[in-house]
Amino acid sequence: MKKLSVKSVVAIGIGAALFFVLGKVAIPSPVPNTNISLQYAVEAVFATLFGPIVGAFIGFIGHTLIDATSYGPWWSWIIASAFVGLVIGFVTMKLNVEEGIDSKKLIHFNVAQVIAHVLAWGLVAPVLDILIYAEPIEKLFAQGLMAAVANIITTGVVGTLLLLGYAKTVVKKGSLEKED
Amino acid sequence: MARVAILNYIKRSSPVHELTGTTKLIFFIAWSVTSMVTFDTRVLLCMLVIGAVIFRISRIRISDISVVLGLAAVFLLLNNLFIYLFTPEYGVELYESRTLLFSIVGRYTVTAQQLFYHLNITLKVICVVPIALLFIACTDPSEFAASLSRIGVSYRTGYAVSLALRYTPDVQREYRNISQAQQARGIDLSGKDKLFTRLKNSVAILLPLIMSSLNRIETVSNAMELRGFGKEKKRTWYAQRGMKRSDWLTIAFAAAILTVGLTVTFWDGSRYYNPFLQ
Amino acid sequence: MAEPVISFKDYGFQYTAQASPTLYHINLDIYQGEKVLIAGASGSGKSTIGSCLNGLIPYAYAGESTGELLVGGKDPRKESIFTLSQIVGTVLQDTDGQFIGLTVGEDIAFALENDCVPQEEMKETVQEVAKLVDIDHHLEYAPHELSGGQKQRVSLAGVMVDQVKILLFDEPLANLDPAAGRTAIELIDKVQERTGAAVIIIEHRLEDVLWKRVDRIVLMDEGRIVADMPTKDFLTSDMLLGHGLREPLYLSALRYAGIPITKELEPQHVESLRLSEEQKERVRGWYRDQEGLFGTEETKREILSVENLSFGYTPEKQNLKDVSFSIKEGEMVSIVGRNGAGKSTLAKLICGFEKPTAGRICLEGRDLSGDTIKERAQRIGYVMQNPNQMISKPLIWDEVEMALLAGTMSAEERQNRVEETLKICGLYPFRKWPVSALSFGQKKRVTIAGILVQRPQIIILDEPTAGQDYHHYTEIMEFLKSLNERGFTIIMITHDMHLMLEYTPRAIVFSEGELLADTTAAHVLNDPALVEKANLKETSLYTLSVACGIDNPQAFTERFIASEKVRRERQEG
Repeated sequence: MKKLSVKSVVAIGIGAALFFVLGKVAIPSPVPNTNISLQYAVEAVFATLFGPIVGAFIGFIGHTLIDATSYGPWWSWIIASAFVGLVIGFVTMKLNVEEGIDSKKLIHFNVAQVIAHVLAWGLVAPVLDILIYAEPIEKLFAQGLMAAVANIITTGVVGTLLLLGYAKTVVKKGSLEKED
Repeated sequence: MARVAILNYIKRSSPVHELTGTTKLIFFIAWSVTSMVTFDTRVLLCMLVIGAVIFRISRIRISDISVVLGLAAVFLLLNNLFIYLFTPEYGVELYESRTLLFSIVGRYTVTAQQLFYHLNITLKVICVVPIALLFIACTDPSEFAASLSRIGVSYRTGYAVSLALRYTPDVQREYRNISQAQQARGIDLSGKDKLFTRLKNSVAILLPLIMSSLNRIETVSNAMELRGFGKEKKRTWYAQRGMKRSDWLTIAFAAAILTVGLTVTFWDGSRYYNPFLQ
Repeated sequence: MAEPVISFKDYGFQYTAQASPTLYHINLDIYQGEKVLIAGASGSGKSTIGSCLNGLIPYAYAGESTGELLVGGKDPRKESIFTLSQIVGTVLQDTDGQFIGLTVGEDIAFALENDCVPQEEMKETVQEVAKLVDIDHHLEYAPHELSGGQKQRVSLAGVMVDQVKILLFDEPLANLDPAAGRTAIELIDKVQERTGAAVIIIEHRLEDVLWKRVDRIVLMDEGRIVADMPTKDFLTSDMLLGHGLREPLYLSALRYAGIPITKELEPQHVESLRLSEEQKERVRGWYRDQEGLFGTEETKREILSVENLSFGYTPEKQNLKDVSFSIKEGEMVSIVGRNGAGKSTLAKLICGFEKPTAGRICLEGRDLSGDTIKERAQRIGYVMQNPNQMISKPLIWDEVEMALLAGTMSAEERQNRVEETLKICGLYPFRKWPVSALSFGQKKRVTIAGILVQRPQIIILDEPTAGQDYHHYTEIMEFLKSLNERGFTIIMITHDMHLMLEYTPRAIVFSEGELLADTTAAHVLNDPALVEKANLKETSLYTLSVACGIDNPQAFTERFIASEKVRRERQEG
């Protein structure tokens, strides 16, 4: 494996801290017991900016920290969180959001996040749960589906707006004219 | 500013605290693997007892971790409830026999097998909770990175974990400050607004937070490079502690739990202990 | 003479991302054991010089360089950043960013860990260095348990473990309260004495750096070195004015009194000043002439009153203890005190972000405790220190409009209100610009506009000018003054003594959660006991007036400020 650059190491550390902090911020959602998980939007943005390895580690470390401070680690979901970052980072690898953003890139980002969430919550998490906890398939897929839908909406809305805001904020000073 | 506990490391002196982070990490991994793989009630019960004993030795009090225990209880309850709602006779399938105790309504029956399955899955989670909590409560966060590196994780990844712990309080404080200032401008996440509005509102807090985090990444990585991070293939650790005899004994004990636990589990060729087939 | 440790020869640099070079024709030699101040406004290129020395250029920041540069005999462009880190130790401005370890000990050891130094040896070195910077009793502390000054010491210790030849300080005073800043300058001096390293300080706060000996001052302007001379020569030259620097107050006072600044005066430090009896008499004469400039304030209506307020984030620690004061309508007030004295906590309580454990806050006599954050925000606006922490819309118009969208205003009313606000803030010509195209000072205005749009009666600002050079400082403060003249009541949390003296007649002083004093700004800085307790620093005007035998140093300070104001207004008008 290629060595992580120092910047990637720091991006993982700070990204995981963000993931952790946002995971602890409870935002009530219409469905009881499912919170809006803003951390996935941030993970998606970081994965897009820094790549799949950083994205995966942010999910893994961040989710482990959340679990460890609430009810002990639930490994199948932790791995699924890492998987989300990995897939989004991988699919958006050549997107170069730093150089500006257009609707094509935003669609690309959203395709990436939908694939990632569907695979993570619809496949990775349930399969691991079956292997580890031998839980019933019906329950797992229902749960996975709910998580996938919630996370796709959150990442789709919040992640897209964040990327848009980011791209507009880092844009270089152009030749702007004052208006009277 | 409010003091933010990073993880709930509780500094006390006990034999568990004495062990190095590496030892505790290995023990925790062996323990988690055993509890994840096994579905053998006898093994799980034994682990529960051993876990309770270790907990006593650690001198961590129940009151120290009551919040976490409460959360774990709620989580377990809900998880069990969901399983039952979806598949009330899953135990029957798993244990290949059916002992009907009574019936609630429709397909919602209560069978001995289903109850036994719930017992097992609950035990599996309960077994891990005290050890996971102890791992966190008795391990100095400073030792984390060094411990990961000692068990073979690259020091770069290890250091990323350390940075996450280091900057969590800063990020937390920043999140709080930004969200308060934005609340004063009518941005509210907990209010009665529609879901979509609330998601949109959250961007008003997250965007400044992310921009400032990106800045921070730049500063921190500069600071690290200016002080030689990544220069060598290895690095030494200021906070690492030497392995003592008790460490080796604990690791041996962890290995014993893993092998004995798995041997007992798979003795009859199945991961499930099935008292219903006699 | 010996070989210089740093040598720039006709050096130029241009960042890849920028259209024109940041440095032009730099020629500069610095020798072992020298202490050099690199001064200049923001954007003058002084920080870029620092990045050239420690290897961040070209390692982290890409760009084109021309000419020659040798650091410790090596060319940074050909060596790795690691080789350079053994020669140059850098203390960054952001003490939180540089504090990487989970505890003080770990952070100091960071460079040693990367060098694979065995643990035993590492602990010895850490102990030794920690002792030198006086942080050896805090080795187990986490960063959030330390003050800004302590964190900076840790940073310094962390670069000293490498026994570097050159110590580079990037704006070391920017985040410190006055007393901590003075301690930092003393510490830098002490460390240099012990190690004999060359010290380079990048700062625009001239007077504060000159608290201890500085051999040479290099002044940067628009990417060029415009002055490079011994401190004494620099202070007597005409380079001091303009270039974004602020002249030390005691020198301004002498100038106003008509005393030419010459080398014979020993002008580099207020305590070293050698004034003749005749010159002292001239200062006294000037002091007498200024009488009457300083008018008394008419009494106004009380707008905000804080009564017996107490608060603690945790039950064990009280962050505010039984605080009472009141603010009058149209006032401009400073709240000062060291970091952690309770200033920001007070602002959060007034805005309703936190709930007091005892006491109450009233606006125009009405108790606010029942009001929500949002309701209070209509009356009391809060502006955070860093504009980047508030701006969340890419376009200026949207950013300013944001607070109105949550209300019931019609689209047309909203448009009028936003336009009016943008005009007040001088942002109207930029209304369609993206926020990213603005300077720091303009961004600050945008955040203030975002608050003003709700038409609060009171605006609370947290460190409005932190980290800004003299030019930006003046720009922001004059803007706030103009708002104040329009009738807005302004409360500022600050540890900038100049700001307090120049712009706010009244100051409320906090220390350890208690209200220590509520008096005139000039009085605060002329009361040595108060200065010490609140971690402030007396101004050089105090020292000067005492040296000149003026019996009322406070009046001297007040008259000085009043006469500066008159001069400024004359310049504008």
